Parts: sequence; C-alpha cells; structure tokens
Amino acid sequence: MKFARDTWLIFQRQIQLLLRNPVWVFVGVFQPVMYLLLFAPLLKPALNAPTQAAAYKIFVPGLLVLLAIFGGLFQGFGLIAELRAGVIERSRVTPISRLALLLGRSLRDVVSLLVQAVIITLLALIFDLRVFIGDLLLAYLMLALIALMTSAVSYGVALKVKSEDALAPLMNTVAQPVLLLSGILLPLTFAPGWLQGIADWNPFSWAVDGTRALFAGDLGSDKVWQGLTITAVLAALGVFWAARQFARSVR
Amino acid sequence: MIETRGLRKSFRSRAGRETKTVDAVRGVNLEVAEGEIFGFLGPNGAGKTTTLRMLATLIEPDGGDATIAGADLRKDPAEVRRRIGYVPQGGSTWDESTAREELVLHARMYGIGKADAQQRAVRALDAFQLTEYADRKCKTYSGGQRRRVEIALGIIHEPKIVFLDEPTTGLDPQSRAHMWDEIRRLRSDGMTVFITTHYLDEADALCDRIAIMDHGEVVAEGTPAELKREISGDVVLVGLDVAATPQAAQTLDGEPYVNKLETVDEGGLRLYVDEGATAIPQVLRRLDHAGLELRSIELHRPSLDDVFLTKTGRSLRES
Ligand SMILES: Nc1ncnc2c1ncn2[C@@H]1O[C@H](COP(=O)(O)OP(=O)(O)OP(=O)(O)O)[C@@H](O)[C@H]1O
Ligand SMILES: [Mg+2]
Repeated sequence: MKFARDTWLIFQRQIQLLLRNPVWVFVGVFQPVMYLLLFAPLLKPALNAPTQAAAYKIFVPGLLVLLAIFGGLFQGFGLIAELRAGVIERSRVTPISRLALLLGRSLRDVVSLLVQAVIITLLALIFDLRVFIGDLLLAYLMLALIALMTSAVSYGVALKVKSEDALAPLMNTVAQPVLLLSGILLPLTFAPGWLQGIADWNPFSWAVDGTRALFAGDLGSDKVWQGLTITAVLAALGVFWAARQFARSVR
Repeated sequence: MIETRGLRKSFRSRAGRETKTVDAVRGVNLEVAEGEIFGFLGPNGAGKTTTLRMLATLIEPDGGDATIAGADLRKDPAEVRRRIGYVPQGGSTWDESTAREELVLHARMYGIGKADAQQRAVRALDAFQLTEYADRKCKTYSGGQRRRVEIALGIIHEPKIVFLDEPTTGLDPQSRAHMWDEIRRLRSDGMTVFITTHYLDEADALCDRIAIMDHGEVVAEGTPAELKREISGDVVLVGLDVAATPQAAQTLDGEPYVNKLETVDEGGLRLYVDEGATAIPQVLRRLDHAGLELRSIELHRPSLDDVFLTKTGRSLRES
C-alpha cells in the first residue's frame, strides 16, 4: 500500500512538471506526426505494399516501437539534472520506497509514450489503417513494457555514470545497432540470412514482430506471446536493476 | 542524541590510469546531546559532508557505527530516515517547482497525508518568511530565499535532529544573521541541530558545542569557550618585513614573557604570551633597541582559529 502511494506521489509530481514544460508537448506530439506525414508518401512503393493501408500496417508498429525505445533510453538525461539539483539526494533521505522513486518516473515515460502512440494511431486511421481494438490494446501493452524497460535502464545507467557526457555516447551506442537490427523501419524479410540470425538475438526484433502481428490482426501468432513474454521479462529485470541503483547510488 | 563510534569512509577515485584511495573520514567518535546546536568546523575536504552523508544514511560507512535518535544506523537505516532531516550542501530544490509544491511533496514523501502536508507547508512558509514567494518557481529565488526553502524542507516533518550542511555559505552578512536566528529558533523548538561550517565566527557564536575536523579526524571537541580556554594566554601578532623577520625572531626568542614564537610566512611573528597588555610594551622596547622597524602590532585573544592552529599546525584561514 505504501509502495503504491509512494509511486503515485512521484508519478503525479513528474506528470505535473512534464505538462508545465511546453517544449515537451511540442516535441512529443509533433515529432511523431512529422514521421507519419513525411514518410507517408514514400511508404507504399518502398514497402512494395499492395495498398496504402497495408503499408501502414507494417510501418506504424515499427514507428511506435522506435518511439518507445528512444523515448525511454534518453530519459536518463532528465535524471542527471535532478541528481545535480540535489533532488534525488533529498528524496533518498526520506523513507520513500526506492522502487517508487524509479517507477514513478518510468510510469510517466510510459504514459507520455502511450499518448504519442494514441495520436499516431488516430492519424493513421485517416490513412485507412484498420486495427481491432483488442489487438491494439495488446500492442499498447507491448509498447508500455518496452518503454518501461528502456527508461528504467536509462535511469539506472544515469545513476551509475552521473554525467551527460558519458550517458549520451553510451545510449547512442546501444540504440544504433538495436535499431538497425530490429527491422523497425523496414522488415528484415529481405535481409540476408546472417543478418536475420543476428536479429534473432535482438529482443526488440521480437517486440517489433509481435507488434506487427497484432496490427495485422494475427492474434494467434506465436510472435505475439513470444514478444510479450520477452519484453515483460526484460522490463522486470530492468526495473529491478535500476531500483537497486536508486537504493545505493553515491553521488 | 547522536553517538558515533569509529565511523570511517574511504573513496576510491580514478585519476587517469591510477586509482587513488582517499581516506575521507578516519574514525570519528562524536556525542551530540539533545537540544543543542552542534557544529562541525573544518577546512575544505576535511570530511564534514562525508560524515553527514553517512549519518543521513546516504552512504554506507566502511567501518564503525552510530546511534541516531535511538535508532541504529547500521541495523535500521529506515528508522533513522524517519527521525532525521537533512539539508545537503549543494541545494535540493528543483528549478521548475514552487516552494509550496516542494514543501508539500517533501512532507508527503515522509508519509504525511495531503491535507496535513499542505498545512505544514503554509506554516513553514510563514516561519521562514517565504509566503510572499511561495508560488513562484524556485529558479526565480535569491540564494538566501532558496537556502531558506531548503532548510524548511529539512524540517517539514518535524524531525528530532536536523543536519544542515553549510547552511550559510554564500549568504550575505545580513542573510547569515537571519539564518542564525532561524537555526536558534529550531533549537528552541526542541530540535537538535547539527551544522557544518568553515566560518570561525559562526561556530563561535552559534554553536553550543563544536568538533574541529581536519583530514578526516576530529582534532578537538568541546564548547567554544572550553576550547579557547585550553589555549592559555593571548597572541601578539607583530607585522614585519620578511627581511627583518629572522632577526626579530632571534631578538625576542627567549624573552621570559614569550611562551612560544612562530614566524609568519608573509613576514612577521606570532607570539604566544600570558598577558597581551603587558607583553606589547616590552616587545616594542626590545625591537626598538635592536633597531628593527615594525609595520604593525596586534593583540589577539585566542580564537577558534588559534585552537585549530595549535591542533593542526595550520590556520583555518589559510587552508
Ligand atoms: N564520492 C566521492 N568520491 C571520491 N572522493 C570523494 C567523494 N566524496 C568526497 N570525496 C573526498 O573526500 C574528502 C572529504 O570530502 P568532504 O566533502 O566530506 O569534505 P568537506 O569537509 O565537506 O569539505 P567542504 O568544506 O569543501 O564541503 C575530500 O578529499 C573529497 O575529495
Ligand atoms: Mg562539505
């Protein structure tokens, strides 16, 4: 009970600060819209899709997973600012749950990602994308788990390295191959065998496949439960590890 | 109220390829009584913050233990957290929040209910004369206003003990005097206050008892008056040119009224005497006889700096 209350407390505070920042609202909402509008004309021929709607079924899930990964991975920067301001230290002398300090923040990241995801989905509807609501909700769950994991890991790493200068290259180094090898923007169907072999070891590749299956209305596909299981396990591990960093971080 | 036994902490830091170990705190034994203002006096890097951070459960000691407000630091850090407040040296407020929001949030982090937290915030804002700025973002505050918010945060849950790490550093003399009043008010509310400072006058005027710290060790402990009394006698500072200093030292060394003589690097002598008022005329006469011209002469009653000097061989002002 205390844990839930503590988490809610931190979450509320973080959401309040988020809404107060007009830059976030701008970037967070307009950036994905740009992706959608500027990529739209290129999609059908590039993906060799029979219709515009078919192209969106492939592209939109990939875009959403991409946003979930990047939205999460770069949250650590905000935490370093808080670290520097002494806010984290101040929180750590109170009896508040350490897991709540992490989870309250990560849940804010999940919520802001889901808001983006809903906006993008709604826009894609205009371009004839059609998804069953149940499938869509499961896809959102997958996105939430991805964002939870990447933001938790980002916070944990931020607490360890404690400086933007170290965090930026680190996160970029992680993000690039993960992105390229997940088939996020284009499916890896046409990739040579060895590349697909590597991609099998990339958890995000499973997540993308699962999300695409859901958007395709293929709920029974093995890819769905596999993707969900892998992201859920990784999210749990990420949260567990990052919460430990909150418990023992030294300035 | 606080009792520490052999508290130790070393840090390993990497400078290039070498790893160096810094013994930040090397065995600190302290006793702080209930309801007093206890001061931790020491130069930069003495280990004051490190000790405080250990007592506030932020870092784990390498050795030793402590009892804080009846709770064991090692065995029950969670209980220690409930009983103490801590105001860090480097600030603790968020630029984009207001003082009121910070106070309410902080109270609620201690498990206090929303309505109660809001009332406490109102009272704290009033007590620290912050009501006027309560709903402005913290980034718009002056240094002194911000420091007051931070101290209000540290005591919002009415702890038994509050640790204030350099509460007055960076404040102008007037704000400092105000801050002293605030701190005395905390004491009269029954709180035990543990502050760190490197201001001698602050330790002297504000603290009931002090511990002087240097290189991770407590070198002296007691009330300011006791500590000064230990250094018997007065200090006469004789200002001389560097060139004239050795000869003057020779002339005055061995005079019956001079207990101890030290040369000052920038030129001049420091004479420890029993009674400054009778020593000065004799010093003047001797130097005049020797044909030495002096630039200045000053009488010092023993200060905490002299205590520091006798214990460490350095002046706190220099280090
Ligand atoms: N996290 C850390 N890693 C490495 N060294 C540290 C760390 N924290 C403190 N130190 C070192 O420990 C020593 C004591 O530092 P501390 O901050 O306790 O001093 P202080 O008495 O508070 O000084 P100041 O008056 O400047 O605040 C210093 O030499 C400092 O460099
Ligand atoms: Mg310090």
